[in-house]
Amino acid sequence: MAEEAKYDAIVVGAGPSGIAAALTMAQAGLTVAVLERGEEPGTKNVYGGILFANVLAELVPGFLEEAPLERHIVTRRFSLLSEEAEMAFEFRCERYNQAPFNYAFTVSRARFDRWFASKAEEAGAELFTGVVVDDFVWSDGKVVGIKARGERPGEYDELYADVVICAEGANSLLARKAGLWKNPQPEHRATAVKEVIALPREVLEDRFHLQGDEGVAIEYFGAATKGMVGSGFLYTNGQTLSIGVGVSIAELHRRRPIPNPNELLEGLKSHPAVRPLIRGGETVEYMSHMIPEAGFRHLPQLVTDGLILVGDAAGLVNTSLFHEGTNLAMASGRAAGEAVIEAKEKGDFSRQALSSYLGRLRSSFVFRDLRRYQNAVRYLMDHPQLLREYPGVFADLLARYFEVSGRPKEEVRSELMAEIRRRIGLLKLLRAAWGLQRHVI
Amino acid sequence: MIAESGLLSTIEDKLYRVQYRHANESHIRVDQEICRGCHIERICLSICPAKVYSLEEGSGKILVNFENCLECGTCWIACTEGAIDWRNPQGGFGVRFQHG
Ligand SMILES: Cc1cc2nc3c(=O)[nH]c(=O)nc-3n(C[C@H](O)[C@H](O)[C@H](O)COP(=O)(O)OP(=O)(O)OC[C@H]3O[C@@H](n4cnc5c(N)ncnc54)[C@H](O)[C@@H]3O)c2cc1C
Ligand code: SF4
Ligand code: SF4
Repeated sequence: MAEEAKYDAIVVGAGPSGIAAALTMAQAGLTVAVLERGEEPGTKNVYGGILFANVLAELVPGFLEEAPLERHIVTRRFSLLSEEAEMAFEFRCERYNQAPFNYAFTVSRARFDRWFASKAEEAGAELFTGVVVDDFVWSDGKVVGIKARGERPGEYDELYADVVICAEGANSLLARKAGLWKNPQPEHRATAVKEVIALPREVLEDRFHLQGDEGVAIEYFGAATKGMVGSGFLYTNGQTLSIGVGVSIAELHRRRPIPNPNELLEGLKSHPAVRPLIRGGETVEYMSHMIPEAGFRHLPQLVTDGLILVGDAAGLVNTSLFHEGTNLAMASGRAAGEAVIEAKEKGDFSRQALSSYLGRLRSSFVFRDLRRYQNAVRYLMDHPQLLREYPGVFADLLARYFEVSGRPKEEVRSELMAEIRRRIGLLKLLRAAWGLQRHVI
Repeated sequence: MIAESGLLSTIEDKLYRVQYRHANESHIRVDQEICRGCHIERICLSICPAKVYSLEEGSGKILVNFENCLECGTCWIACTEGAIDWRNPQGGFGVRFQHG
């Protein structure tokens, strides 16, 4: 890396948000350097498993043929677990079986991020891997470059640009260093662990009723996280499946004894509804990552002079039932790229000029969705009974409702209604349902 | 059980399936002074999904087995005492996910 070089823009991090930004700017002819700490893009990156590709389709129109996609999601399943039972809602749609496949695909991040980065390189962006950015270069209160860690302690290479786009992801040390992400709190991050389990393709397809490249996405709630705010997931890839659990760090803080995330994952794996789905598989990788879940009102400051935060570093994850992050990351990266292109035309890289980024986010699904679901996590935290007690109560009532007993159904039914009134309260139940639809689904 | 199904359950076994390029130097430092007066039940010991933190018998010092780190960043958010100084490992070193 030449020390004197100056780029139009430097992007820190080659995840979906950083690459979307780099690609957008490179396509417009700007000089762009992308710095990635991993040996290659993707080697540091973890997610649940579904790439939401609606923005990708606009950035790389040929992605369906080119991207390393594993399966497209035709079946979505939402499953509430009690200790012994599963109550699930499943949706399968033939429409999702036709191009563009509802823009939902399982992909491996190690493969996808490398491919996506190659698209930015083809457009002219320069990618430097194995480079850790430790700080910004400031001049007159403006960010004018970055400091990349050198070989020896205390040694830095400086690289300059009109704008730096920080796409560091959920564990953004730079956003904190710049004072934009103040006082990180356990409430504002979830932690997740995941395992990739190999299964022969035929077994996988038989077990999940899949044909060809069809895939299924299952989200687990309730006992999946021992009643803590968070969820479990199971997604099918080509010849593996991804299974994991994410919970709010604040929730782990409150539990005694404090659970280890792997214990939660093992709990999910051994649940009677899940165990048969992974049976006979082989663990091939284990991983962990944070998810930002601060919500719209606790986002960091996203722009300052010469600096823009995008993707997870900016806290842009939809933490409601939808669990979308990759598409918000790409949308924000593109919006930042467009803001920089516009700033360059004006020759003004001040906070004010770069704030057109915020305008773009505001008018897109990114801010609209974040605002719509801003209370999702808070609502669940304030109503711990929803994930902790109710699943057990419902499972118990349903078990008795369907019990073959020889008793008249009418008698059983009125007995159970009385019990709902006693154990939950009808008003409370209605209010919970109303709250869920208002904040979470 | 492992031989039978290939599904792993313990952190130790799972970490064997993770690829790393080990750095010489730790990217994590803890302030033992703060740890001695930890008010949050030494959450680092239980919350780390790679069991990077352990307690030294006798001295009660927090040991940091940084080589196992999965680089999730959870520990330094969870340690609200501010005892953990977490940096990215040297460029190109640390965990190297094959799937992600
Ligand atoms: C367990 C889990 C499940 C998820 N499931 C889904 C899902 O199914 N679907 C979905 O859409 N979203 C999901 N998400 C969210 C999604 O992963 C993120 O929203 C998305 O990856 C954010 O992209 P990003 O580019 O902002 O950050 P990242 O993908 O985290 O990329 C950041 C990049 O920056 C690099 N980097 C960081 N710091 C530095 C530095 N100082 N110097 C150089 N390089 C640096 C990193 O190595 C990395 O490559 C999930 C997240 C998790 C953790
Ligand atoms: S690192 Fe933090 S949580 Fe762990 S013992 Fe020290 S102060 Fe406590
Ligand atoms: S970053 Fe994650 S894996 Fe590494 S020590 Fe901290 S909690 Fe453990």
